[in-house]
Amino acid sequence: MKTICIMCPVGCSLNVYEKNGEVIVEGNSCPRGEAYGKTEFVNPSRVVTTTKRSGAFSYSLKTDKPVPKTMIFKVMEKIKKTPLKELDVGDVFIKNILKTGANIIVTGKLTI
Amino acid sequence: MSSFYDVIVIGGGPSGMQAAIEAKKEGAKVLILECNDSLGGILNQCIHNGFGLRQFKEELTGPEFAYKQYSEVKKLKIPSVFGAYVTKIEGEKITALVRGKEKEYFSKAIVLATGARERTAGEIKLAGDRGAGIYTAGTAQKMINYYGKLSGKRVVILGSGDIGLIMARRMTLEGAKVLKILEIMPSSSGLRRNIRQCVEDFEIPLEFSHTVTRVVGRERVKGVYYAEVDENLKPKLETEKFLECDCLLLSVGLIPENTLLSEVEKNIKKQIIVNEFRQTSIKNLFISGNSLHIHDLADNASEEGAIAGRSAALFARGALEELGEEYEISFSSAISYTVPQRVSGCGSFKIFFRAKQNFLRKKIVVRCEGEEIASKFCVGITSGEMQEIEVESGKVKGPLTVSIE
Ligand SMILES: Cc1cc2nc3c(=O)[nH]c(=O)nc-3n(C[C@H](O)[C@H](O)[C@H](O)COP(=O)(O)OP(=O)(O)OC[C@H]3O[C@@H](n4cnc5c(N)ncnc54)[C@H](O)[C@@H]3O)c2cc1C
Ligand code: SF4
Repeated sequence: MKTICIMCPVGCSLNVYEKNGEVIVEGNSCPRGEAYGKTEFVNPSRVVTTTKRSGAFSYSLKTDKPVPKTMIFKVMEKIKKTPLKELDVGDVFIKNILKTGANIIVTGKLTI
Repeated sequence: MSSFYDVIVIGGGPSGMQAAIEAKKEGAKVLILECNDSLGGILNQCIHNGFGLRQFKEELTGPEFAYKQYSEVKKLKIPSVFGAYVTKIEGEKITALVRGKEKEYFSKAIVLATGARERTAGEIKLAGDRGAGIYTAGTAQKMINYYGKLSGKRVVILGSGDIGLIMARRMTLEGAKVLKILEIMPSSSGLRRNIRQCVEDFEIPLEFSHTVTRVVGRERVKGVYYAEVDENLKPKLETEKFLECDCLLLSVGLIPENTLLSEVEKNIKKQIIVNEFRQTSIKNLFISGNSLHIHDLADNASEEGAIAGRSAALFARGALEELGEEYEISFSSAISYTVPQRVSGCGSFKIFFRAKQNFLRKKIVVRCEGEEIASKFCVGITSGEMQEIEVESGKVKGPLTVSIE
């Protein structure tokens, strides 16, 4: 599988394949790229970021670790439906969202 | 609060905040003037991740990056005036409109860090109607990320710069259908990671060598005509097609916001000329971040702010007076510009530049009067990414040239 590492702005071209039951990553320039290539091959995942308004504030939110790509829209839906009371930067908004193991945390808070 | 300072920083984005932090650490009395109601600049609306790997060694979203800097600004007790829109700089005097009232501030040194603005429909001479639904990508980003308002349901994006790519994903996640991204050039100026995670992940069609020829819809955008372009970027009208949509986002480049500096020396490309201290031809005026040149990474804008802030503090206490002669930096035809454009060579410094095209396995070389004084081997040099090379202290004895060999 040919892909591009998204872990930093360099964007190395990766070649990922399986050999004797082991996932091999080529083309990475650092260990982060190898780890990324492996997950991308087995279970592609992404950090999801979004915003939500509540009262006088606009909160920016993220998953604190990547969630499976197939779950992205479901995560968005869940965030939309869950009411948000006042929180601060760094607080957890939704714990272990849809059993992905990722928490939704507040990354920013703006007064609108 | 008295209105006399050592260093006033105009603009509280990542570059301005870092400038203020470094100036304060140098012992200066510092003030930040910011026209918005909070610090952070453009980072407040860049809610995606991908920031901070360089400065903080961890992957952060824009607001988190801003928050880290903000915490330091707070810790150092650096005051800010919000809602302060600076309208004029004359010598040591700064005039600002603060909530409708004109106010004056005085500072021995000034750092301008006002960021950039997006190129608009008028500036790219977009043809056709101007109905509601035409926005710059950054405006659409602000609408959704601040106010929760989606700028359209069926979207065409013109230009494949990073902001456009990021917005393609953002609009998709919010339930809009991004029909196409059209890019007039044969390749994207956006980061490869953004093509992968914002476009390919969601199977959004990205068409190179294509542009919008005409917008239709007097009151509200009804659709666009688009066509392939030839080598001279002229649309081939026989390839023109119509695409129904209700929104057109423009991601066609950023322009440094430096209209406040009508008096300073600029080169023929209208770039402000600075030395390695980010000092302009007006000696007490320093400039950094996107208002000097466009940075793809907040980390770089911040790093430059640090240089400008420290230099401004040195200037304010009279420690930057005797720089001696300054020499020009020229560059080979493969390079589009450098910052700085002039150096005194008092200490070590970095030259930042952009290449006009992509190169593989090349050496960046800096020469002083023919003699090699710095070089660096690069596996890949891409036109979209800012390059840098460090020159050691004591090497500069005359004009410099930078080349890719
Ligand atoms: C959509 C988008 C996506 C990006 N994605 C990434 C990314 O993934 N990773 C990354 O590292 N970088 C990214 N960047 C780049 C990065 O955000 C910028 O390079 C950086 O924010 C520039 O910082 P700055 O301080 O120069 O300008 P800004 O952040 O624009 O700050 C300028 C400040 O000056 C204020 N100001 C302007 N004029 C005046 C005036 N006359 N008086 C008073 N105040 C004034 C403004 O209100 C603003 O707060 C992105 C940029 C954009 C626009
Ligand atoms: S492999 Fe390493 S250097 Fe290359 S893009 Fe990934 S994180 Fe960046």
